[in-house]
Amino acid sequence: MGMAKILEVREENPRMRTLFLDAAMKASPGQFAMLWIPGLNEKPLSFSYCGEGRVGFTVAKVGPFSEKLSQMKVGELVGVRGPFGNGFKPKWDRIAIVGGGCGAAPLGFLAEELARKGAKVSFVVGAKTKGELLFAERARSAGAEVLVCTDDGSEERKGFATDALKDLLEKGKIDAVCTCGPEIMMRKVFELCEAKGVECQASLERWMKCGFGVCGQCAIDGFLVCKEGPVFPSSKLRRMREFGTLKRDACGLPLKA
Amino acid sequence: MVELGVELAGIRLRNPTILASGILGVTPATLKRAAKGGAGAVTMKSLGPEPRQGHPNPTVLEWECGLINAVGLSNPGVEAGAKEVAEAVKKVKAPVIASFFAKDAAEFGVVAGRLAAAKPAMLEANLSCPNTIREMGIPFAYEPEHAAEAVKAAKERAGDIPLIAKLSPNTHRLKEVAKAVEAAGAGAINMGNTLGPGMLIDVDARKPILANKAGGVSGPAIRPVAVRCVWDVYESVKIPIIGTGGVGSGRDALEMIMAGATAVGVGSAVASGGFKVFGKIAKEMEEWMAKNGVSSVRELVGVAHK
Ligand SMILES: Cc1cc2nc3c(=O)[nH]c(=O)nc-3n(C[C@H](O)[C@H](O)[C@H](O)COP(=O)(O)O)c2cc1C
Ligand code: FES
Repeated sequence: MGMAKILEVREENPRMRTLFLDAAMKASPGQFAMLWIPGLNEKPLSFSYCGEGRVGFTVAKVGPFSEKLSQMKVGELVGVRGPFGNGFKPKWDRIAIVGGGCGAAPLGFLAEELARKGAKVSFVVGAKTKGELLFAERARSAGAEVLVCTDDGSEERKGFATDALKDLLEKGKIDAVCTCGPEIMMRKVFELCEAKGVECQASLERWMKCGFGVCGQCAIDGFLVCKEGPVFPSSKLRRMREFGTLKRDACGLPLKA
Repeated sequence: MVELGVELAGIRLRNPTILASGILGVTPATLKRAAKGGAGAVTMKSLGPEPRQGHPNPTVLEWECGLINAVGLSNPGVEAGAKEVAEAVKKVKAPVIASFFAKDAAEFGVVAGRLAAAKPAMLEANLSCPNTIREMGIPFAYEPEHAAEAVKAAKERAGDIPLIAKLSPNTHRLKEVAKAVEAAGAGAINMGNTLGPGMLIDVDARKPILANKAGGVSGPAIRPVAVRCVWDVYESVKIPIIGTGGVGSGRDALEMIMAGATAVGVGSAVASGGFKVFGKIAKEMEEWMAKNGVSSVRELVGVAHK
């Protein structure tokens, strides 16, 4: 745990910004850190960049915490503890990455890492509209094939990321799929993969307190999202009844996912 | 063969390790995994009369010698919680202990009654949370009269389910408190809750890190205090003691037992040891006992007093 200085703030799109922090952490794509704004709150965020003595976190304004975080300026301090959890570990050659909305935050980083290791990457990214697409350009520069889907058809294909994935899977050119985004989307991605016998790794999100496997708040069917996830492979996703159906709030009360 | 099984107020545990309340046990599924990991019994996170969000984050931090937390008794409330207790009782292959708290004696009775209906192996009255003083007042376990009142009310509604009173190291009247809860009908004492509260300040932020500012200290840092408390309680009462605070190895557990504990609570050690820490502790106890010619762990209870 420590405070880190904001080195740069980058506008990724009209809704999302990346804060680059002065922290020499070694994180892999899919891992997360707890970010702390003194006097306000502390929340888990996936690494969206990591290297050369700095780390990046990409946030959309969705509540008071992310609102405040995205307004912070270069030179200000943010608390950061981590890295926590397990990232994506696809051991295959031909990989599809599927992201939706703000969930795409760790996926540009993932596309870069996989491309560097020589994988052939298809980057499927969906958003409501053109302006909200995240990391499509970044993935393209990393050498990935980029497939864009927008709900309103303002860029490339009109429709959902899952539609584009379905076509890719039909063509039979994919060994594994990595996904992060709304849970209903990931559930759909997982089911498409299951139907084709393709490995799926999904980054799940649950309410977190400790981040290191003590409080039990983040459990999904007994698996600890903070420590054993947040990225889970098909073998574990298959054993989760709550994946796509049930979450718990701060009290621990079950809610619909 | 050495015997690790113990009996706690009539309930048999295959080994003396117990998952402490507030650790992992938010759902029946995590309790089940702790039992698979070797726990002799498992305790659910404390339930209160109503749903509670607890304090905002940061709530749980790791530091050099343990943890500090101010979760603030977040819980889904006894109505939803009792259903999870019933589910846990069905699914978990080890005794399930239902922990609970309340703001006054009458409420302790009500919550105990509702949980007893879910048929846990034991009930545990958490009289000692140091993190909710602003909302709920000074913990019951600080004064013998308050502790006794809460235990008496809970006991009346607990039926034939044994009641554990969870005490606090943060009182100068510990021996009196222990005697008072025994007289009020507690079948066992859990000694005990977190120490303090303590505080961590981030020097660069120039602010306390926990949102609640102060929080209970646990882990290796508090083990000597917990051992001394178990010692004092053993001298004061006849009912069995669960020694909780900083236990992470077989030797730590044996130390507690020699101070007078019959079983040990394990919380913070889960951070590094995971679900398997219980089996690891039990195995280390077994090895020490075999090497030292001790056939049953029960022979060691309180030996340090002799
Ligand atoms: C994150 C956390 C949450 C806790 N929540 C509870 C709780 O709800 N009820 C309770 O009786 N004790 C609670 N405790 C106290 C533990 O049950 C235990 O008494 C204490 O941590 C000392 O044991 P340890 O050193 O093995 O952790 C909590 C402790 C921690 C670290
Ligand atoms: S957030 Fe505490 S166990 Fe995962």
